[in-house]
Amino acid sequence: MPEPIVSATGLRKRFGRLEVLKGVSLGAEPGDVISILGASGSGKSTLLRCLNLLEVPDEGEIRVAGESIALRQGRHGREPADRRQVERLRQRVAMVFQSFNLWSHMTVIENVIEAPVHVQRRPRAECLAEAEALLAKVGIADKRNHYPAHLSGGQQQRAAIARALAMRPDVMLFDEPTSALDPELVGEVLRVMRQLAEEGRTMLVVTHEMGFARDVSSRVLFLEDGRIEAEGTPAAMFGNPASERFRRFVQGRG
Amino acid sequence: MDLAFMAETWLALLAGLPLTLRLAGWSVLCGGVLALVLALMSLSRHPALVWPARAFVFVFRGTPLLVQVFLIYYGLGQFRPTLQAWGVWWFFREAYWCALTALSLNTAAYAAEIIRGAILSVPYGQIEAGRACGMGRLTLARRIVGPIALRQALPAYSNEIVSMVKATSLASIITLAEVTFIAQKLIAQTFRAVEIFICAGSIYLLINIAVTRAILGLEYWLSPHLRAAPREPPASEAAHA
Amino acid sequence: MTYLELMGFGPTGWGPAMLRAAGMTVVVAVLGFLAGAVFGSLAAWAKLSRVRPLRWLADGYTTLLRGVPDLLVIYLFYFGGSAALSAVARMLGGQGFVGVPALLTGALALGAISGAYQAEVYRGAFLALARGELEAARAVGMPPALMFRRIVAPQVLRYAIPGLGNVWQLVLKESALISVTGLVELLRQSQIGSGSTREPFPFYLTAAALYLAITTVSTYGFGWLETRSMRGVRRA
Repeated sequence: MPEPIVSATGLRKRFGRLEVLKGVSLGAEPGDVISILGASGSGKSTLLRCLNLLEVPDEGEIRVAGESIALRQGRHGREPADRRQVERLRQRVAMVFQSFNLWSHMTVIENVIEAPVHVQRRPRAECLAEAEALLAKVGIADKRNHYPAHLSGGQQQRAAIARALAMRPDVMLFDEPTSALDPELVGEVLRVMRQLAEEGRTMLVVTHEMGFARDVSSRVLFLEDGRIEAEGTPAAMFGNPASERFRRFVQGRG
Repeated sequence: MDLAFMAETWLALLAGLPLTLRLAGWSVLCGGVLALVLALMSLSRHPALVWPARAFVFVFRGTPLLVQVFLIYYGLGQFRPTLQAWGVWWFFREAYWCALTALSLNTAAYAAEIIRGAILSVPYGQIEAGRACGMGRLTLARRIVGPIALRQALPAYSNEIVSMVKATSLASIITLAEVTFIAQKLIAQTFRAVEIFICAGSIYLLINIAVTRAILGLEYWLSPHLRAAPREPPASEAAHA
Repeated sequence: MTYLELMGFGPTGWGPAMLRAAGMTVVVAVLGFLAGAVFGSLAAWAKLSRVRPLRWLADGYTTLLRGVPDLLVIYLFYFGGSAALSAVARMLGGQGFVGVPALLTGALALGAISGAYQAEVYRGAFLALARGELEAARAVGMPPALMFRRIVAPQVLRYAIPGLGNVWQLVLKESALISVTGLVELLRQSQIGSGSTREPFPFYLTAAALYLAITTVSTYGFGWLETRSMRGVRRA
């Protein structure tokens, strides 16, 4: 069995008195496309955000590319022991946000080359060429000089995907990438994501899109109340769900 | 109205303009640097940094500038032997340095709040996107937070600079011969308050209009993302991409 | 002499004088603020009027008074007022220089300055008023005067409170400039005290502390007013 690119063991996270993750473990091997499903408040976004340390878990271990992220007890709870290690590993784990979070003061192409040039310190010309190719791939090459405010939600999210790809990450995390979109714009983003999956990219996707989970992912994970309630291949999960709760969850969504 | 008198007055007042501009320029500059430090202190999570910054802002915003000027110029003069022993008396002896100090400290307090507000207004998602890309604190400040906050702070900062230009007139009370000082002397000599007010007022008004315009221009230049979308690129470029 | 003896309430203490002067500061600031309310609401009304020259006049007033040093405005009122009064006195057969009472000059100058700021506050507050409320008042047949008194004025005041709080703080601090006219308010009293004792530092420090106390109390006062007046308004 290959070494997971990113894995979590025994994650626990509480916000104040609310325990959001109650001991979750998962691992993503190269080429895995894992859909994480669950009702809102089940902890799925928090789980994803722990994987690149946007949230620091109270307990548990996170490994990225064979390296365990060092955590220590700080004054305000647990914190990374080595900021640089986290910054380094985050470059291998790209994130696509629900609300796109494109930098509003930069054009689309500037957004895409920002991290490669200023974080990874790669030559600007090389990054520009690569960015052009990525924008063409997600279908918004003609918007390269537009500012995010001038784009539709679907275009913004595709630009954000190009921005994530530009870092040449090992894993991509998608945090409800289509939830903030108007229904008619969801398709264009899902198409791009499906294309990435077919290329064999490793992806972890928190989503409400049952179609994507069933048709595209290699594994489905169902979170409920801070725990993994069920997991398996899409065929097993959707065809003959062992979990009564998951069956009800799917039915509730039609 | 006596135009010849007004022209003469205007010219006489212009003699004070360099000092007015020097006081305004340096205090905005020094105050701005201090303001940035204060804003960062009050945004830090260390009580030892937060509380001094807050106290500074509270005191300097809660008391009249003229009191601050007097406290520094006359008040500190009371401790002349001590200041001499410390070797800083040459500084506090001069009305110019005292006025500049008071103006800088005063604007720093107001500007610190402007900067703090601007930094806090940067959408959290934009910062998080930077962190998710592996940006360190410095890169994040330089590439993301700084530019967005700067754009946000400009309108309020424009008002603050205008206030500072006006506030330089207080230096006249500690005998610095800037525009208001000359105006006050002329009024006391001639009692033609209205004409002299118009002349002196027009000088300040012109400076302030220039400042406001310049910052509006800067604002426009810095916010292409708030303007209309660019035209579609030429076909060749689109085809190339 | 220790600080306490100097600023205390004993035979050599300046405490009572300083407190009296602080009272004068509050008086001149309140008068200036009220005069500013008159000037400001007139200017706001002119800015909102359909008559173009009125709008120009009001815009000119606010631009000028917000772009020119307050000290110059105070000199204008102080020397200009005296010159005008002296001229009137000469016409009536009197002679010599007639001074305007410093309190009056101060209140009028502060009124003119703060009026320019209050005008913007009232204008903004009026524009924040929902159109529908005015239409509703018209629909029930309210005459304009009644509508202004019952609907417009209370609502505008309510929206204006935060802005007015800022203007009040401004007036309070600007009132220190009135000391140049010789009005014995807090700063002038401190000058007198430090002149006669040759101890400027404690006097200005005390003045600063008293100003700080007044501005702080005002902040809480306006905060209280704001919460009170915002009952029934949903927070955004």
